[in-house]
Amino acid sequence: MTLTRRDSLVLGMGALTAGMFLPKIVHAATEDAIAAFTGGADMGEGGITLTAPEIAENGNTVPIEVSAPGAEAIVILATGNPTPGVATINFGPMAGEQFASTRIRLAGTQDVMAIARMSDGSFVQARQEVKVTIGGCGG
Amino acid sequence: MADNVRPRVRVPDSAAAGEVVSIKTLISHPMESGQRRDGDGNTIPRSIINRFVAAYNGETIIDVTMEPAISTNPYFEFQALIPESGTMTFTWYDDDGSVYEDAKDIAVG
Repeated sequence: MTLTRRDSLVLGMGALTAGMFLPKIVHAATEDAIAAFTGGADMGEGGITLTAPEIAENGNTVPIEVSAPGAEAIVILATGNPTPGVATINFGPMAGEQFASTRIRLAGTQDVMAIARMSDGSFVQARQEVKVTIGGCGG
Repeated sequence: MADNVRPRVRVPDSAAAGEVVSIKTLISHPMESGQRRDGDGNTIPRSIINRFVAAYNGETIIDVTMEPAISTNPYFEFQALIPESGTMTFTWYDDDGSVYEDAKDIAVG
């Protein structure tokens, strides 16, 4: 099924609908970054929460939150940035919850991904699209 | 290299034994990404804080590797487990080799 831009607007839910049907564009650099963290292992869904705004007016400082109970480490990737890596968070024994909140730069509208490595060695991922009005990479 | 780097942390003075407390940290730093160009078209070299570690009585809470996509004045909020009285230490590592440190005491009881 092909959806043109106009079709999806006609469907009313413009962005939401298009986001569900259009193929996800993942750059090779992002795939490399994912492989570097997971070693090519399959990633499940669920067990990780990524909270980001749907619309960010200023790409220079976009607040995000990640939470993955039982995770050893979480990597955050911005799939549309010149370099996809954002941060790798390792949790130690004194972490009360596997939760972190920070502010990131996004070059433009794109998917933000979070991948968690659980204590049993499995990986789970979450992703959310953030629409950026003004990109945050200078230039 | 970076001027006026000032860490700020918000930590409770006291906690119950075993309580999980929320910690907020901010450090003033330009986090020059290495993507920007100056007026003459020359790339401005990257200069960021690349690692942040928080620990309680020497045991790690979180250890974050940071890339240029972290915003100016890096901010982190996280949850720490407080089993007994002690000192929370915060360490930031700059690309230029500088290390910025802060510490706060927490009393249990």
